[in-house]
Amino acid sequence: MANKGWDEFEIGAMLRSFEGPIKDIATTHQEDRAYSGNNSFTASVADWRIEKPVFNKDYCIDCQFCWIYCPDISIISRDKKMIGVDMDHCKGCGICVEVCPTNPKSLLMYSEQTDEEQALAAWPAKDTSKADSKGEE
Amino acid sequence: MAFDKMELRDIEVWDGNFAAAQALRQCQIDVVAAYPITPSTPIVEGYAKFLADGYVEGEFVMVESEHAAMSGCIGAAAAGGRVATATSSQGFALMVETLYQASGMRLPIVLNVVNRALAAPLNVNGDHSDMYLGRDSGWIQLDAYNPQEAYDLNFIAFKVAEDHDVRLPCMVHQDGFMTSHTAQGVKTLTDDQGYGFVGEFQPMNDMLDLDHPVTHGVQTEEDWHFEHKARQHRDLMLNVTPKIQAAFDAFEKLSGRKYNMVEKYEMEDADVAVVCMGTSVETAREVALEMRKEGIKAGVVGIRVYRPFPFMEIADALKNVKAIGALDRSSPNGAAGMLFNELAGALFNTDTKALLSGYVYGLGGRDLTKAHLRDLYKELQSNVDAGKVTTQLQQFIGVRGPKLAFL
Repeated sequence: MANKGWDEFEIGAMLRSFEGPIKDIATTHQEDRAYSGNNSFTASVADWRIEKPVFNKDYCIDCQFCWIYCPDISIISRDKKMIGVDMDHCKGCGICVEVCPTNPKSLLMYSEQTDEEQALAAWPAKDTSKADSKGEE
Repeated sequence: MAFDKMELRDIEVWDGNFAAAQALRQCQIDVVAAYPITPSTPIVEGYAKFLADGYVEGEFVMVESEHAAMSGCIGAAAAGGRVATATSSQGFALMVETLYQASGMRLPIVLNVVNRALAAPLNVNGDHSDMYLGRDSGWIQLDAYNPQEAYDLNFIAFKVAEDHDVRLPCMVHQDGFMTSHTAQGVKTLTDDQGYGFVGEFQPMNDMLDLDHPVTHGVQTEEDWHFEHKARQHRDLMLNVTPKIQAAFDAFEKLSGRKYNMVEKYEMEDADVAVVCMGTSVETAREVALEMRKEGIKAGVVGIRVYRPFPFMEIADALKNVKAIGALDRSSPNGAAGMLFNELAGALFNTDTKALLSGYVYGLGGRDLTKAHLRDLYKELQSNVDAGKVTTQLQQFIGVRGPKLAFL
């Protein structure tokens, strides 16, 4: 793409999101869409990230808060079930962790280099002090 | 479509503004986003009234500035509409940032520019400062010398701009007040003739084509920007001129009125020629005839297509003259005038031995009188007789105080 000459692209500072026409795009999962090479979906921005979210499905209640709040559509959810994080597009902002309502949280931020298995093995226990003080449980 | 047609007489008495507004009505503009400024306001007012009275099916968007006006036009054009607006002077200056967006995004917007001086000092009258300000913006620029041409050139502007081999925005210039507010007889097209000439708008990569989503106005850095600009310049240099000529030919067939890239007047055997734009062309034509009665073979070359500049056509028009006066109605502010420079560039590598001198005139609506032009033609003739330019290369015409001349 970067090597194209002046006569090899469509005029108008214009880029197509998809190859060819689209139908029912809203009901088509991202992995099934014919994104064009110019679409940001085909580009990885993983190297922008300093910290990454790690997902622990043992505590997730599939509330979809993280899916709604993620500013980069990087939470992968299917049939209202949280599956994981799209690590090609997640920029590590931590909003998903902030909005996660479980105790302990089902998403936590770790440094980019942290081994995921180790993080899951050392996941914090339920914080009983907060729940007791608010009388929620 | 749900709008009424308007019965027009064969010849209506219109000023340049109303003529342009009528053309916008007949072209059935989908969106006009506009902000008022003297002397162009009656064009968009006219469109708004036609819309309110049910003579157009479209949208009038009132915005907070000329920057927003052109931005609204850009959005509407990218969405896939036929779009136009009008402005002058300070408004044009405020629009400049978005003019480059419109042309780079290849959106066929038509902008009526009613030429007016640029402050300071503040001035509402006609000169070509705003027109000159737009000359590197990537737009096509057509220049009308009277209300008839302001009317006709709007149809030609849409026809050329919207062509898929062009897809570039187009300005139609007319002189503030001298054309915009001077009522003259204007030969009309019927609504069907006018709309038939421009035809149905043919969208291209429009954002409202929901089956083919596109992003308009993307960012490119050193990797791609140059290719886009090169492509735009190439299309201006190679694609636009043949399309303008085709539109001129088709329009002549429709109306009997003939337009040319450069408008030659009494140039077949001319020794001395004045090159100018706007209303001055008509004055110069009158004076040229008078000079011929006195034995000076005078001619006039008017620039009709200002951008893309008719480099070859103007060199051809001037190839046999002996002296040329280039008349710039904009202060060059530290350089030779634009027309002086463009003519010098067009003629330098030709066989011409013509003597070229430049004149700055008419700033802020100062009249260019027939007496000025008579003196100018005589001066050009004395250059011919002397075999050299007898004055300095740049002179000011009609300014009070000691004579100003440079270079």
